[in-house]
Amino acid sequence: MRNNYISMFDIIGPVMVGPSSSHTSGAAAIAWMARQIFTGAPAHVRFTLYGSFADTYRGHGTDRALIGGMLGYRPDDVRIRTAFEEAREAGLEVEFVIDTEEEMPHPNTVGIDMTAADGHTLYIRGESIGGGRIRITRMNDIRVDFNGDYSTIIVGHRDEPGMAAFMTGCLAERRINIASMRMFRNAKGKQAFTIIETDDFIPDLIQDELNAREGITSVDIIQL
Amino acid sequence: MNWDFRTAEELLKLCAYKYMDISDIMLAREMQLGELEKEEIMEEIDRCLRVMNVAVDKAISEPAPSMGGFLGGEAQKLNGLEDSKQICGTVVHNALINALAVAETNASMGVIVAAPTAGAAGVLPAVLLSVYQNCDISMDTLRKGLINASAIGYLLTRNGSVSGAEAGCQAEVGSASAMAASALVEMLGGTPQQCCDAAAIALSNLLGLVCDPVRGLVEVPCQTRNTIGAAGAFTAAELAMAGVTVHISLDEMIRITYDVGRSLPESLRETAKGGCAVACNVCPGAMHVAPTK
Repeated sequence: MRNNYISMFDIIGPVMVGPSSSHTSGAAAIAWMARQIFTGAPAHVRFTLYGSFADTYRGHGTDRALIGGMLGYRPDDVRIRTAFEEAREAGLEVEFVIDTEEEMPHPNTVGIDMTAADGHTLYIRGESIGGGRIRITRMNDIRVDFNGDYSTIIVGHRDEPGMAAFMTGCLAERRINIASMRMFRNAKGKQAFTIIETDDFIPDLIQDELNAREGITSVDIIQL
Repeated sequence: MNWDFRTAEELLKLCAYKYMDISDIMLAREMQLGELEKEEIMEEIDRCLRVMNVAVDKAISEPAPSMGGFLGGEAQKLNGLEDSKQICGTVVHNALINALAVAETNASMGVIVAAPTAGAAGVLPAVLLSVYQNCDISMDTLRKGLINASAIGYLLTRNGSVSGAEAGCQAEVGSASAMAASALVEMLGGTPQQCCDAAAIALSNLLGLVCDPVRGLVEVPCQTRNTIGAAGAFTAAELAMAGVTVHISLDEMIRITYDVGRSLPESLRETAKGGCAVACNVCPGAMHVAPTK
């Protein structure tokens, strides 16, 4: 977590694999986030590139950056350059779809479909909004909005009464201070995601405690 | 004490009030707002300087072709220029090599420090490392130079723009040039006012510079633009330290640059639809690269 101000290292930084903070560094950061949110290991990933990503991805190494992020590399990891080879070695199948038709709200947008060996899937959409900064805008078919500036807990659950109270109760018990908490859903009673950003380190055992409740389908933690 | 200055004017007031350099004020601000220890900040500054150093050395010793195929080996070429033809003098000559080198490292997916952006990442290492190599400058002064540059970059980000898509290359290489000019002045013992004057001169000298990357890639003309950003920083610093009158303040120059940037046609703001980007005959050496669209 960090206070909201323009830091010296927003100006002198980020340290990153070139050539573009939006097309390379931001792309790696989106895929890295997607990988953290996915429960377990993806066996197959399909990246759909839109807008400027679709137009100039090759010369910016956007494809390598996305694969690198999916392999858990941060934007300054030189293995991004050889990400295609690294993915082959890791047994991760990747596929790229170039969509120059569909208009997205932001020109640098990527959709990421992840599938695990056991068949479970997750779709994440992200935008690279400049200077390496990113925003996650969709999980499956649900609109979301968060950016990983904080340690974050992402809870997938049924939309039903008592969920928010249960989650805040768990966090209060562990003395974790909530910076923000938002619930996203499409329709009453269907799937929902609650995104909790915290000021504190999130202990792993929170995952089990939250998962224990009926109606909660996934708990993923992005630790800063 | 509130260290969070918002304008160059406020920054200069703090400097005068505290008898401090711009880098001291910026450091105090970072410690206050980031709740950080000085050592933590210095560790990160040193990491950035190390990355800059490697980014320069690598492109000179082992040049790699860029992703788009336009760049590779330019820094090495300039490094091999015979002495009698080095018309810029040693300090600027080395700076030009460094600028080319970082642009090559960036374009070949090497590790760089975006400062303030990846496209303009060559300017600061060009100027700072050349001065460190060729002048009698301590490591500590080098660190102060980088921190000083970040103060100017912060003002540009806060009150203007450092995005080529928003305000053209003047917002990227122009900003980097202003940052480097100010850093140079502090490193060579000039006053905070002279730092801001140098930054204002550098900005005004590159006012209107458009962002027109061939094929939308950070290669042509970005690489050589980094050299003019660096050379422009030396020019501006020297004028400011000599006390040449600066008629437009840094705060106003930042606003003007932003206004000019926003009034540039979209074709000249990183869309690859105007300027050099629409040249009919670009470097045949790059023809093996498949068009991206």
